[in-house]
Amino acid sequence: MLSGKEGHATKKSMEILVALGEIYGAKKLVRVSSVQVSGVSYKNLGDAGIEFLNELAEDGRARVKSTLNPAGMDLVNWQSQGIGKDFASKQLEVIAAYTRLGLEPSCTCTPYLAGNEPGFAEHIAWSESSAVVYANSVLGARTNREGGPSALAASLTGRTPLYGYHLAANRRPSLAVDVEAKLTAPEDFSAMGYFVGKIANNGIPYFRGVEGAGLEELKTLSAALASSGGVAMFHMERVTPEAKGVPSGTDAVSFTRRDLGETAAALNDSGDPDFISVGCPHCSLDELATIARLLKGRSVTREFWVCCSRAVKALSDERGYSRRIEASGAKFACDTCMVVAPIETMGYKVVATNSAKAVHYLRNNGLQVRFWPIARCVSEATEAR
Amino acid sequence: MKQVGRAIYAGRADGKALVTAQPISFYGGVDPTTGKVIEKGHELQGESVKGRVLVFPHGKGSTVGSYILYRLSKEGLAPSAIINEESETIVAVGAIISEIPCVDRIDLSRIKPAVMLRVDGRTVRS
Repeated sequence: MLSGKEGHATKKSMEILVALGEIYGAKKLVRVSSVQVSGVSYKNLGDAGIEFLNELAEDGRARVKSTLNPAGMDLVNWQSQGIGKDFASKQLEVIAAYTRLGLEPSCTCTPYLAGNEPGFAEHIAWSESSAVVYANSVLGARTNREGGPSALAASLTGRTPLYGYHLAANRRPSLAVDVEAKLTAPEDFSAMGYFVGKIANNGIPYFRGVEGAGLEELKTLSAALASSGGVAMFHMERVTPEAKGVPSGTDAVSFTRRDLGETAAALNDSGDPDFISVGCPHCSLDELATIARLLKGRSVTREFWVCCSRAVKALSDERGYSRRIEASGAKFACDTCMVVAPIETMGYKVVATNSAKAVHYLRNNGLQVRFWPIARCVSEATEAR
Repeated sequence: MKQVGRAIYAGRADGKALVTAQPISFYGGVDPTTGKVIEKGHELQGESVKGRVLVFPHGKGSTVGSYILYRLSKEGLAPSAIINEESETIVAVGAIISEIPCVDRIDLSRIKPAVMLRVDGRTVRS
């Protein structure tokens, strides 16, 4: 592959993987069964990114199951989102190039809810930091925190260098977290992830004493851990498959009720939101059921986006949740989210959301942010103005 | 001065050194339309990387930074070469896809600001 006999795209991809392997001391490459590629929003790629993808698409093809991160807009209903025509046509060019390369335009940060769900101990190459944490921790699959281009290189060769989180020795806990606070909602898990991500930095936290961690809680915890820090994996006692205790001498911290309160408060700016959005990471079917129930018989009075994958939206259509959500005037934002869509250029100033990860990145985009539980997001969105 | 490091992307290039002891985030830290460093408070804020041999310890920030290097290169605004203490994913991948000569494992303290440098394979000379 490195010689160029299998084409330019394969050669370029191999060069990337070999260089990374050398930098990180990998002894060999290993086959991967699944790839998730970030770098999909035109906002980040620009015209040069499109050119790069088109160049690869001349002779490159995905060799394994490969899915895409969210794009900068809903690929179908972008007009009702207020996205400009120029941005939309560029975004569609990006998707066309990836599709030519054989990647599925799933456009979600939760590929594990949309048909790309690797099994225990499988080697995979995922970018999208929240999905990396979820895959390593909850599924027990093995991936490093790939960047967009290195994940794409893994897709086009079916391989990744064997180092880091692919090796069992590097998946052991580095920090015990004794959870004393009572966590009553997914937002509490999100705040805890934000708090612990800062302390753990690139380490592997081991949570003890957590009750009530279901899919939604683990999904938002994963996202928060990877946004305030560089966490790629955690363990949770009696919940995640590789949680087998903490080696003696491991540092320990506690997460108290006070830490929870202070973290949630620090994630909250001030101001009356003109834009409210839930679904970071993309909503599960159960979350859509909750939103449908909360919105029943109400009308939204400001822009309200429900972000999810097109795959989960299809299930929600079948169950009748979508109809109830849309009857309120709320908008589905499939394929995209409040962070990667260019909402800061669309006149919005204050955004409310139930995700610590979204707060982190929206602030970087220059917006004021409110961090509220999902029920409050809905009640404020439907309050008379 | 002559130092031998490790070639991340082997190539030959000349240019005037642009040296910083601070890591660089290409995503959000360098404007892909002007080639100027825009990160607030960075030592190189306001400097253009165009045609320079850019000397910095390592990259930081979002992995989208690799695409920013590629955009710079397509616009003719990229550094002529990159010298790092230790390259990481963002810079290494950016250099490879943009075909910018890149060498790491170099003692940056021995490189004087604004001196003319030649990068050739894994060798750096002034």
